[in-house]
Amino acid sequence: MTEEKNRHIAFICSKGDLDMAYPALIMGWAALGDGIDVTIFFTFWGLDLVTEKRVDKLEIAPVANTSFKMSMMGLPTGNWGIPNIMGIIPGMSAFATWFMKMKMKALGVPPVREYIEMLSDAGANMYGCKMTVDMFDIKDEDFLPAIDSVVTASDFMDMTEGAQIVFI
Amino acid sequence: MTLLDNITLNDDGFMTIPAEWTEELAAALAEKEGIALTDAHWNVINFCRETAEDSGAAPTLRQITSGAGVTTKDLFKLFPKGPAKKVAKISGLGKPEGCV
Repeated sequence: MTEEKNRHIAFICSKGDLDMAYPALIMGWAALGDGIDVTIFFTFWGLDLVTEKRVDKLEIAPVANTSFKMSMMGLPTGNWGIPNIMGIIPGMSAFATWFMKMKMKALGVPPVREYIEMLSDAGANMYGCKMTVDMFDIKDEDFLPAIDSVVTASDFMDMTEGAQIVFI
Repeated sequence: MTLLDNITLNDDGFMTIPAEWTEELAAALAEKEGIALTDAHWNVINFCRETAEDSGAAPTLRQITSGAGVTTKDLFKLFPKGPAKKVAKISGLGKPEGCV
């Protein structure tokens, strides 16, 4: 009798913006809660999510983000966007970041550092991308404890055989 | 004839009539999931029942860890392989609403 293989979902996190940090964390957490195996591979800017120096300083920039609308702040401005020229004013990214963090907190969504710890405690396997780690000269001690190890792209392929893969 | 024959479940296996739930039933539901209930399990189950009574919805995992004073690691050990649904099913509640 063959044992049925557990469902396995793998996320590749390549972005370090605050808004792009959350998709894998939220879906990964949901997967773990439903008994699905989770693997997360952090590459390029995605490594910001799991490095000590960067994890608490992730930002969202309103420049060149066409989804950024004044109405997000509760203003009755419909589809009116934040002009890019305003987005380049010093402090606009900090403002947008503060605003998103406030909204997330109100929903009970934990900060990225805490989320990574929750996923690790719940059994997710998390890895850094070797090529990026070498390129950015990141040391083992720079990582959050949740990171299991630094692996190559080929290692990732081996460990995700049969898994569903989501690239973010 | 077991306790489990007398309850109403939806297609996903969640109980739909809260009044049908009893503590004995919880033990039977847990056994079906391969779990023998201890005080630590009951702490979580009681918290979920109380939360659902107040809010009308089964709590999410994050609400359980922060509200029942149980760590994420322990929660996943108590209800292995999918605590979100298992806790709700054993507590006789619907599927938790919310993502965190």
